[in-house]
Amino acid sequence: MSKSTFTKIEESPTGKALSGPVGWLDDRLGLAGAGKKNLRKVFPEHWSFMLGEIALWSFVVILLTGVFLTLWFVPSMAEVEYKGSYLPLRGIEMSQAYSSTLKISFDIRGGLLIRQIHHWAAALFVAAMMAHMLRVFFTGAYRKPREINWLIGVGLLSIGMVAGFTGYSLPDDLLSGTGLRFVDGMVRSVPLVGSYVEFFIFGGEFPGDIIIPRLYIAHVLLIPAILLGLIGAHMLLLVYHKHTQWPGAGRTNDNVVGYPMLPVYMAKAGGFFFIVFGFIAVMGALIQINPVWAYGPYNPSEVTAGSQPDWYMGFSEGLVRLMPPLETTWFGRTWTWSVFIPGVGGLGLVFTSLALWPFIERWITGDDREHHLLERPRNAATRTALGVAAMTAYGVGWLAGGNDIIALKFHLDIFAITWILRVGFFLFPVIAFIITKRICVSLQRKDNETLTHGWETGVIDRAPSGGYSERHAALPVADQYELTSSRERLPDTDEEIHTHDAYGVRNPKFRKHRLRQKLRAWYYSGSVDKPTVEQMEHAADHLSDVDHPVELGEDFQGVSETGVPRVH
Amino acid sequence: MSNEVETTNSPVGDPIKDPGLGEHQYRPQDVDANQERRTERQIATMFGVATLLLIGFCVAYFSIGSDVRVFAFGDPADGDAFGGWSAQNFFLGLTLGTALLLIGIGIIQWAKKLMGDHEIVELRHPAKSSDDDRSAVLEDISAGVNESGIARRPLIRNSLLGAVAALGLPAIVMLRDLGPLPYGHTNTVWKKGMRVVNDVSGTPIKPGDLSVGELVNAEPAIFFEEDEEGHPVIHGTALMQAKAKAAVIVVRMRPEDITAAKGRENWGVDGILCFSKICTHVGCPISLWEQQTHHLLCPCHQSTFDLANNGTVIFGPAYRPLPQLPLAVDSEGFLIAVSDFPDIVTPSYPELARDQKKLNEKFGGDA
Repeated sequence: MSKSTFTKIEESPTGKALSGPVGWLDDRLGLAGAGKKNLRKVFPEHWSFMLGEIALWSFVVILLTGVFLTLWFVPSMAEVEYKGSYLPLRGIEMSQAYSSTLKISFDIRGGLLIRQIHHWAAALFVAAMMAHMLRVFFTGAYRKPREINWLIGVGLLSIGMVAGFTGYSLPDDLLSGTGLRFVDGMVRSVPLVGSYVEFFIFGGEFPGDIIIPRLYIAHVLLIPAILLGLIGAHMLLLVYHKHTQWPGAGRTNDNVVGYPMLPVYMAKAGGFFFIVFGFIAVMGALIQINPVWAYGPYNPSEVTAGSQPDWYMGFSEGLVRLMPPLETTWFGRTWTWSVFIPGVGGLGLVFTSLALWPFIERWITGDDREHHLLERPRNAATRTALGVAAMTAYGVGWLAGGNDIIALKFHLDIFAITWILRVGFFLFPVIAFIITKRICVSLQRKDNETLTHGWETGVIDRAPSGGYSERHAALPVADQYELTSSRERLPDTDEEIHTHDAYGVRNPKFRKHRLRQKLRAWYYSGSVDKPTVEQMEHAADHLSDVDHPVELGEDFQGVSETGVPRVH
Repeated sequence: MSNEVETTNSPVGDPIKDPGLGEHQYRPQDVDANQERRTERQIATMFGVATLLLIGFCVAYFSIGSDVRVFAFGDPADGDAFGGWSAQNFFLGLTLGTALLLIGIGIIQWAKKLMGDHEIVELRHPAKSSDDDRSAVLEDISAGVNESGIARRPLIRNSLLGAVAALGLPAIVMLRDLGPLPYGHTNTVWKKGMRVVNDVSGTPIKPGDLSVGELVNAEPAIFFEEDEEGHPVIHGTALMQAKAKAAVIVVRMRPEDITAAKGRENWGVDGILCFSKICTHVGCPISLWEQQTHHLLCPCHQSTFDLANNGTVIFGPAYRPLPQLPLAVDSEGFLIAVSDFPDIVTPSYPELARDQKKLNEKFGGDA
């Protein structure tokens, strides 16, 4: 904080008012040292930095509403006769879990609202985490030194999904029971030990009478505790590394430009909590989610057509639907691949590749520098294309999770849809990769074009000879800097790799080196480099050299299609 | 394309020098006192309205009954109304949500329009500590390691590692009582002579009750039986577990459409066949029945079974055919089971092959 040169802060009015409490706390906790560094900590601004905040605040909403729900929810599978106020189910035998969920929905005022807010917030929590993760991926924000924070993020996403699943399995309605039945089938498919795991999880044969109390304690204690710990670590590392920023005039790899935490960022982030909470509350008021009373209590011999898990389980569900039948008998044991591969392997593959990617990329590029400037997706063409390919595969799985709904709504043949998606799961990502890569490279070329030939002003010059030409103008220097900084790759090492050294001894690292070289060539293939200093100087000369009768002026913003100059 | 990469130099460093932060742009509120006061009033109004809405929340809590409903438009009596929200949920949610939104928007408006908006530049430091710190830490660690003698005393070290590793044993062993050991799924509650009854009413089924193309969800009669004291024979958890294996469907097809496998020729009664309702994939109850094609589709993952052809899988992720329950008619003309299922019901599990072998021996190896 800028200190007045004339008055000591302790003697200013604010200083006088604050010195008491600050002094009292500092005498005991010694927090002034930490406060000095962090109270006015700078956070850069960009809309995409808000996605992680949405996830954080929806988690807070989940905690608040979750505590409210625990005041009435009874996590027991003991059978009771329903005597509550929802008439269609009165007199029916059901578990206490289901009956207490009905009580929250119909007999506790505001209970339904809080239940719906809790569920919507959970759906939003996972969605915001994924959007945040995509932002981090496509801008390369996970690069050194932030790899560990990326891993924590992968952990948060996976455990967040488990939190959601354990949550919607608790009410013991027909839909949640069907979800558990699927889990039972999946657990059984684990090779060799499946039956043991199944009997230990369910306390015997499915459904047993103990799975809901067990899920409950995981859902309200174990998982939230892990999530809280990981979120704390995530935020601490964010503060320690300082937030990444977009390149621009005055914004370099060595600084961070933005607003101070106290008061601006604190107000913006704090205000945003209320907006997220308010938005979810309005959703809870207007949009029904998981109407458990309509499904009825769980009965293992019933199911409703169109049973769907919550959206973030759709990918897994879809892979299970796409998988062709495959089961083998080896060593007298049954190996149920058609459930195990998509059920356990699907998400396993997603999270493993997410966790490994930063390290794979670093190995390929050999880039060991710290990166605090974000990279535009177009400037990392292969990474962006890989990301879009992965999103496409995820999307195919997700669509497959709703293949019955698609068939019904669009009057299509479900077998045809399934076959298209089976092939598409492998084919569409390849197409997406090629298209995305081409688009990225084209955009790189366009940037170079604008940098070296200026931008099209819309002003048409007529030459004395009668010819017409459009006048180009150089980009403002700030924009030129923005387009060229943080857009580079390390030069090739040019190191020659031999299978044998001069003495004829086999090089043990030959294969590894050659693989890396090939991957590196593939990773950068197609990408164009930014203009060199010489090219930019040449462009500046060229653009200022042309003799124009009228100067465009500093504030010139171009000409609209109707010929009217745009003004700022 | 790749040639171009080879030939171009890879410029590291910036071709354009950093022009530095641009000039500060003043906001209307910074230069116009009227504008500033107007913004202040706007923000205060948002907070004021939020307070009113929160009082409204309390009013709604105490005044709206749980059975009142609200409709956006249309006439609920005609059944074409949109909405039909619970009025309590609607008003509680809207007042709370709108109040929260107003508080949030007000605070952000304050931050954006009135709080200082001068950008601050902070310098970054590399994530790593200084080389001196690093050496000091290395020295400390090596001093600690040396003083402990962990490298010099492998006997202590290894026996400690062994003991700590053994601590894992109680942790794992104590999980043993999470559940009983798996006992396989060779049998269900079906047995010879048990009647096939309607799953809702519990009434036994006569062949004449079923017309061609019809499907009935059924269960073993024992689910509806009571002991001498009037208590159900199977109830609670045991009933749920039994249901998860013994639920069946009974279908009637034209006898000439059915291709019974060898040994299954007499498993039906006048074209009436009985199959397990539990999908062999992950155990969803199946009952989406296509009369024309005799296909039965699982609503969970779309495994499709041909009931006219012994329940074989014709599509989807299920591997094993749907187990069939041999049917007969008892002296009173009701459908009964001839035996338990000759094939394993429920989703596959590692010991399935072994259990199926046992069943094959029991049923003479023809299943």
